Amino acid sequence: MIGRRWWAPWLWLAPALMLMAAFLVYPSIDTIRRSFLGPTSKTFVGLDNYKYIIDNPAPLLADTHSAILNNLLWLVLFTGLVVGIGLILAVLAARVRYEAVAKSAIFIPMAISFVAASVIWRFMYVYDPHIGTINAFVTYLGGHPTAWIQNTNSLQTWFTSLGPTTLPHPIQIDNSALIIVGVWMWTGFAMVILSAGLKGISTEILEAARVDGANEWQLFRRVIVPMLSSTIVVVTTTLVIQALKLFDLIWVMTGGTFKTDVIATLFFRESFLVQNFGVGSALAVVLLLAVVPVMLIGIRRFQFQEETR
Amino acid sequence: MGERVVERTEEVIGAAMPPARSWVGALWLRFRRFVSRIPLHVTLIGLAIIWSVPTIALLISSFRTPQAIAASGWWNAFKIPFHFTAANYHSVLTQQGMGRAFVNSIVIAGPVTVLVILIAAFAAYAFAWMRFPFRGGLFLVMVGLLVVPLQMTLIPVLRLYVTLTPHITLPVLGGNLFGVSSFPGIWLAHTAYGLPFAIYLLRNFFGSLPKDLVESAYLDGASDVGVFFRIILPLSVPAIGALAIFQFLWVWNDLLVALTLLGDPRLYPMTVNITNLVSSFGSNYQVLTAAAFVSMIVPLIIFFALQRYFVQGLLAGAVKG
Repeated sequence: MIGRRWWAPWLWLAPALMLMAAFLVYPSIDTIRRSFLGPTSKTFVGLDNYKYIIDNPAPLLADTHSAILNNLLWLVLFTGLVVGIGLILAVLAARVRYEAVAKSAIFIPMAISFVAASVIWRFMYVYDPHIGTINAFVTYLGGHPTAWIQNTNSLQTWFTSLGPTTLPHPIQIDNSALIIVGVWMWTGFAMVILSAGLKGISTEILEAARVDGANEWQLFRRVIVPMLSSTIVVVTTTLVIQALKLFDLIWVMTGGTFKTDVIATLFFRESFLVQNFGVGSALAVVLLLAVVPVMLIGIRRFQFQEETR
Repeated sequence: MGERVVERTEEVIGAAMPPARSWVGALWLRFRRFVSRIPLHVTLIGLAIIWSVPTIALLISSFRTPQAIAASGWWNAFKIPFHFTAANYHSVLTQQGMGRAFVNSIVIAGPVTVLVILIAAFAAYAFAWMRFPFRGGLFLVMVGLLVVPLQMTLIPVLRLYVTLTPHITLPVLGGNLFGVSSFPGIWLAHTAYGLPFAIYLLRNFFGSLPKDLVESAYLDGASDVGVFFRIILPLSVPAIGALAIFQFLWVWNDLLVALTLLGDPRLYPMTVNITNLVSSFGSNYQVLTAAAFVSMIVPLIIFFALQRYFVQGLLAGAVKG
C-alpha cells in the first residue's frame, strides 16, 4: 500500500515475533548458556557437561554412548527403511485400480499419536504367544517366542536362535523392534509425498523409455529414481529430523530401559527427573548440532527456490 | 497426446504377444496380463494387510472382556459365541481419567489451533505483501527455526514458569492463570512452537496469490486490514484448512510439551494420561486398548473425513525440509 507507515509491517509481525522470541530464540540461547554451568545453573563448569557425554562415567544411570549409538541406528535404519518401502509402495500403488484404498491403509498410522502407536505395538509384541500377535506368528512358523522389547538385541537373538549353534552377537545395541514401530508410522508419509512426485513425471517419458526397450527395473532405477531425487531429499531430511528428535515412542514403550535410550529420552530424564540442568542442556545442544546440517540444507534450498520463483 | 500413448502401448504389447484375432485370443491376453501382475497384487495387498493388522487388533481387543484378553489372542474373538462388551470403555472413561483427559485434549488443542492460524496469518501477510528492512534475513531465521529441536527450549521455559507460578494464583479452567499447570501457559508455548511452520506455509501460499488482484485493491484505496480480510483470507481457505488439521493433530498427539509443562493430573491431556496408564497397568490390555482407541477416535475421524486436506497439508509441509 502506498503511503503505509513505516511501523505498519511490524505491527502485523509483532505477536508472532514476540512469541517466537520468548519461547524459541531466547530459551535456545539460555540453554546454550546453561550447558556450560553446573546442575543448578549456578556455577561455571566449562566443558564438563560435554566431557560427561563423551566419557560416559555412569553408564548404569545415563548411558550416553548407547543413546548416541541408538540415535545413529535410528537415523540409518528408520530413514532407509521408510524411504525404501515408501518408494516401492508409491511405484506399485500407481499401477493398480485400488490405489486409494491401499494408500489409505498404509497412511492411517500417520494420523495417530506415537503414544497410541506405542500401546498398539506393546500389545503386538506381548511375549505370550497365545496373546501377542508377533510371537503367535513366530511360533506358528516353528520359531521360539521372543521378548521383543525387553531384549536388547531381540532380532539378533531371534535370528541366532534359529541357527545350529549360538553365534556371538556382533553389536550389543539393537532397537529393531522399536524402529519397526517408527517405520510403521512414517512409511505412509514417504509414500504420499513420493507418490505425488511420481504423478509429476509425464507418462510420455515413461512410455518413451518402454518403447526404447527398458524393462520395469531399468525404468525404476534409471528414470523414476533420478527424476524423483529432489523429492527423495525432501522426504529424507524430514525423516532425519524425526529420527534425531524421537522421544514419545521410546518413552512409552520402554522408558529408555533395556538399552533403548536415545538422546531425547536421556535429555528428559536428566533435565526433569534428575534435574541436572547442565547435562540436560548439553544433551539438547548435541541434538541441535546434529540438526544444523539439515537446517543449512533447508536454508540453501529455500534460497534456491526464491531465486527460481 | 493421450492417443499417441495408447497407440504406443498397443505396439509394445503387440510385439511381445501374438495379436488377438478372436475373443479367445483376447481372453488369453487378459489372462496373461493378470498372471504377470499377481506378484504386484500380492505385495501391495499383503503390505496393506500387515499395516492394518496392529490397529485392527487393538480395536477388536478393546471390545473383549478382560478374561478373554488375558486368555486368548484377538483373532479368537470371532469364534462363536461372540462376546463383545463396551465395559472397557466405560471403565477407562469414568475410572481411569480418560473422560477428563479427552476434554483437556480439546481444551489444549482447540485454542492453540485458532491462535496459531490467526497470529501466523498476520505475520505471513507482512512477509508476503509488505516491504520492510531485514525482511529476507528475518524470514531466513524462521526457516532455520523450523528444525530447532524443542528440547533446546524446554528447560528455560519450565524454569520461567516455575518462577512465575507462586506470584499468580488465579484459577482458570481448573488450573492456574499462567505458569506451570495452567492451560494459558501450555497454549502460548504450543502456539510459539507451531508458528515457524505455519508462517512458512501461509507466506508461501499468500505470495502465490495473483499480484494484480492485491495491487488493484490497494489502488482502489483498500487498507491492509481490508485486503487481508476481504481478499487474502477468503482465497486461502484450502491452505488454512490444511494447516488447521495439521496444527490440531500435532498438539492433540503431543506428549513431550504436555509432560514437561503440566504437573497437575487434572490438566493432563490423553497422551500423558495413557503414558501413566502404561506405567501402572503395563499388561492390563483391557484398560490400555480402550484408552488408546479413545485417543485415536478424533484423528481417525479427521483423517477419513478430510483426507484430501490432510494430504495437501502434508505435501505443503514437506517443503520445509
